[in-house]
Amino acid sequence: MSNWMEEKLHDSGYVEKSTETIDGDIATLNLGPTHPATHGIFQNVLKVDGEKILSSEQTVGYIHRAFEKLAERRPYNQITPITDRLNYCSSPINNMGWEMTVEKLIGAEIPKRVEYMRVIIMELARIADHLVCNSVIGVDTGALTGFTYVFQEREKIYELYEEVCGARLTTNIGRIGGFERDFSPTFYKKLDNFLKTFPKVFNEFDSLLSRNRIFMDRTIGAGPISAQRALDYSFVGPNLRAAGVDYDVRVMNPYSSYEDFDFIVPVGTQGDTYDRFQVRQEEIRQSLRIIEQAYKNLPEGSYKADIPEFYLPPKEEVYNNMEALIYHFKIVMGETPIPAGEVYHSVEGGNGELGYYLISDGGRSPYRLQFRRPCFIYYQAYPEMITGQNISDAVLTLSSMNVIAGELDA
Amino acid sequence: MKSKLSNEQVAERLQTQFGEHIKSVETPYDFLTIEVDAAKLYDIIFWLKTDSELQISFLTNLGGVHYPDSEGSEFAIVYHLQSMVNNFRLRLKAFVSKENTEVDSIVDIYAGANWMERETFDFYGITFNGHPDMRRILNEDSMDYFPMRKEYHLEDATREDKDDRFFGR
Repeated sequence: MSNWMEEKLHDSGYVEKSTETIDGDIATLNLGPTHPATHGIFQNVLKVDGEKILSSEQTVGYIHRAFEKLAERRPYNQITPITDRLNYCSSPINNMGWEMTVEKLIGAEIPKRVEYMRVIIMELARIADHLVCNSVIGVDTGALTGFTYVFQEREKIYELYEEVCGARLTTNIGRIGGFERDFSPTFYKKLDNFLKTFPKVFNEFDSLLSRNRIFMDRTIGAGPISAQRALDYSFVGPNLRAAGVDYDVRVMNPYSSYEDFDFIVPVGTQGDTYDRFQVRQEEIRQSLRIIEQAYKNLPEGSYKADIPEFYLPPKEEVYNNMEALIYHFKIVMGETPIPAGEVYHSVEGGNGELGYYLISDGGRSPYRLQFRRPCFIYYQAYPEMITGQNISDAVLTLSSMNVIAGELDA
Repeated sequence: MKSKLSNEQVAERLQTQFGEHIKSVETPYDFLTIEVDAAKLYDIIFWLKTDSELQISFLTNLGGVHYPDSEGSEFAIVYHLQSMVNNFRLRLKAFVSKENTEVDSIVDIYAGANWMERETFDFYGITFNGHPDMRRILNEDSMDYFPMRKEYHLEDATREDKDDRFFGR
């Protein structure tokens, strides 16, 4: 650490001035802000005794972009791209969660087909999210092969997004009221192909790590948390389920027709890195099951709701039809009247319950919009989970918690 | 999954327990919203957690809202709580004035409230008494204002007085 930075940290009170030398008992170690093992910009100042971690001090906010403030100046349609940048490993879930929040506020009725289409996209996103997380745990234990292998499959998921919305990472997928267009024949072809090849690849990936002696030795017992502490820290999603609590928003408060599908909510027992890995592995399998069911039973109907005052009309109508022109103008300028009220809507994001607390005063943009960001809330348990562990376990714990900087800092 | 508690049931139990400290009961979009005395927040949240019937023992979310025009109650602190056993959600609200933006911290009830309270302090300047580490969290420590307050406007997207050829207006 350079001198000026050390001074700054001392001045701000983050780190006590250490009198120990390098061969003394206790050393201060900076894990991050930019460190290959943190997979994102956040800092941990560790006090270590040899390999053993004695305490950890976190600094977050390096990529804080004031989304909640920005949202107070944007029309509802323009907030969807903000949500992309929360958990950017599974943007479609964030997008659709936001769209559903607005639909709840305006009381829109959504066709069954849209809900099933959303389920397909959201579960694809969950697979992509969990694939990244789990393969990165492999990388952090030194097994790079699985990572490069499944990223090819993740690429196929991104191609599917591309087919639906034209974008890959920050998708801005869907609209308030449905989708901008129906799934194309190419989408179905690509989805068929994915559903056929993915299980084989995935099973091979699973066999590389799941019962691998080295992997198990590294991950079992690394960064554990008990169910009680996890609940205390408001854990959600795979991390909570790995600790043994079977809470899943898709089951408890079904949205977007999740009650129609048959799937299992996997739980762990120890809440350690291995359990988190296994829970995510099983969730990928269950997501595949959901996609297959939704695809097989995809209902006929429209790909959009009948809410002309919120859903942009087709361009060719805008030039020929007076109503379409008016609606187009109103939506683009953000002049659509919206009811005043407050709603809370949550979806099961890649990291668990992703909530949107929206207060509308009837104006063109939200009066207040708060994102319940699962990462931000559960990352504060990290020091407790790694105290007494080795540095290498701390790295594994971090990647298995799937802390995404975008969601952490908003 | 259906909820095992009804809005009326929970509202009634809270009213019998805390009486005049419950200021209003509403259910916007079927979500039980209860306004309570800011001074009683800690007790109510603790009671909700330990009550064997309600078991509202999970803190979902915590945040602030600024209402600059409502004199004497400029800031709202909003708690979203949840009972996983009963599958029930509850929203608690408390208002404080801009002269006295202090409420009790609930960190010793919910460890997870720590950063959520720091974030609320960071954004709105609401201080939580008894918090172990009341510092800013997302913004820089040397910042001398609270950015989410309504007096700090972002640029109005509908303004027409600006002549900026590079941005097409």
